[in-house]
Amino acid sequence: MPAAEIQFHDNVLVLYGDWLRGEAHPDAETFLRQHPLSGSLKLEVRELGKWDSTLLVFLSKVLGAAENAQISPDCSALPPGLAQILKLGAYGRRNAAKRQDALKNDDIFLQAGAFGMELHSTAVEIVNFIGNITLSLWHLVTFRTKMRWCDFLFQLIECGPKALGIVCLISFLMGLILAFVGSIPLKWFHAEPYVASLVGIGMLRLMAPVMVGVVMAGRTSASYAAELGTMQVNEELDALQTLGIPQMDFLVLPRFLAMTIMLPLLNLFADITSIVGGMIVAIFDMGITSHAYLHTLFTTTRLNDLVIGLITCFVLGILDACCGCYQGIHCGRSAAAVGKITTATVVYSIICIVLATSLITVISVLLRV
Amino acid sequence: MSHDFPIEVNHLAMAYGSRVIMDDLCFQVEKGAVFLVIGPSGCGKSTLLRHLIGLQQPASGTIRLLGENYWELDEQARNRLMQRVGILYQRCGLWSSMTLAENIALPLQLYTKLSPTEIRDICHCKLELVGLAGFDDFYPSEISGGMQKRAGLARALALDPEILFFDEPSAGLDPISAMNLDQLIRELRDSLGTTLVIVTHDLDSIFAIGTDAIYLDPKTRSILGRGTPKELLEAPPAPEIREFLTRGGGR
Repeated sequence: MPAAEIQFHDNVLVLYGDWLRGEAHPDAETFLRQHPLSGSLKLEVRELGKWDSTLLVFLSKVLGAAENAQISPDCSALPPGLAQILKLGAYGRRNAAKRQDALKNDDIFLQAGAFGMELHSTAVEIVNFIGNITLSLWHLVTFRTKMRWCDFLFQLIECGPKALGIVCLISFLMGLILAFVGSIPLKWFHAEPYVASLVGIGMLRLMAPVMVGVVMAGRTSASYAAELGTMQVNEELDALQTLGIPQMDFLVLPRFLAMTIMLPLLNLFADITSIVGGMIVAIFDMGITSHAYLHTLFTTTRLNDLVIGLITCFVLGILDACCGCYQGIHCGRSAAAVGKITTATVVYSIICIVLATSLITVISVLLRV
Repeated sequence: MSHDFPIEVNHLAMAYGSRVIMDDLCFQVEKGAVFLVIGPSGCGKSTLLRHLIGLQQPASGTIRLLGENYWELDEQARNRLMQRVGILYQRCGLWSSMTLAENIALPLQLYTKLSPTEIRDICHCKLELVGLAGFDDFYPSEISGGMQKRAGLARALALDPEILFFDEPSAGLDPISAMNLDQLIRELRDSLGTTLVIVTHDLDSIFAIGTDAIYLDPKTRSILGRGTPKELLEAPPAPEIREFLTRGGGR
């Protein structure tokens, strides 16, 4: 097979040989540097063998340079198929020039401005979302809601019983770990029985709600976001809207209610399993009887600790549900967008959980409850 | 390498589980043909396409693509075979996390030893061909449906395939865009000599670009008619075909 070659005489460019991908061929830039185009350009082929994109790339560069130099090339001597496809390419190039002006802008000020505008619109959307949820709850208490109760029941099961296993497992292990680590300093002071207070106050007031919140953010909020986001991609949300079914009532409310009702309940289970976890360490590692453990627990842990934990968990439920549903409803229309909002949901949920817990802890300590 | 028949289908049966879609299909596609697969909705056109491109295994019978049976090949040979085939999916199948240029570049990066500059040039050239010059750095979600179709075509053309498969190329396009796409398809075939297999039920496309067609019938689960769209219209082998091609007789 003859290799690809070119010859250039009197403004006539002659192409020879096979132009195939991955094989040696003349380079358009080199050619244009050696032979600046002027006057006219005629393309011819002699013994042109097989060709693919390689030839097209070469010719489109040469023709592009010719167009820039205001030369209209003569392609009449080319095989009809090749001439036709070059014409298509030339048409594409001509139309591109017009479009490119209106395309993306890399100016840093424009980008900063766009970022600011986006921040503003996001803030407005979040406020809007909170307002809409409130309205939706108002519809619920005034018996005007369009929520389907079977959806609500399904969501209750989804984030209650089905999440119980992982929540119990994690809080059991947390109680165990807390007791183990706590036993080290307690032994210095010969205050081993107080491991019960450590586990009781630590878990009930703080750790159980946070763990439940984090587990549910990863498990349920992310699934809310992914589900609603995919519905957005499939135009299911649009279909609801055009039927006059408010997506807040129909999709967000059952999820929101399920999460806010179920989280405190899950928290109760987490409290119990974590106390059991702590008790196992107390009995087998520290030689405390179960009776002494429970006695210390009930005398040092107050009801306030439990109530603050439940309130925290209720707030975290609201935050988790809002993060998931907000992100899902404001999803873009592509697979990549669904991935992005799912990540954002988990990240924002966890940030919200930590912020809210800190706030509640500070307030409760200041109020001495 | 040349084959008189890039696609040969022998006694193909297609089934989902125990539900048989089509039974005993036999046909060959000539090199350089614009081969249409037509038939009513749900007759198994798209399923046939999925079989032809190796996404689904035949229940029985064989499919030879460029002389080779996909299901008898090992992984490497399959990859080599599929590099000679380009596919435009019904919903384009553009990877939404990549720009148009990256979409087209991916097969080139995977299967050729070209330098990044050469790949960029080829991507640019392909986008020029389909009328999307200057859109290299756009994401699929930033362009319209018609443009996505053309970008999908550019990606299908990336490796200079010998056979191009189209699943409903004009679905979801306005008549002007559909016509432009038809014209583009025809011009690409005339200039590159590619064999085209098109699943469609767009009548305008059928008569505008088809050089050969089979009509799949869901009731008999077989090919009810074969020939150019004109022949099928003028001398329909079955009344259903006439009805299909005349939009219920009203044309």
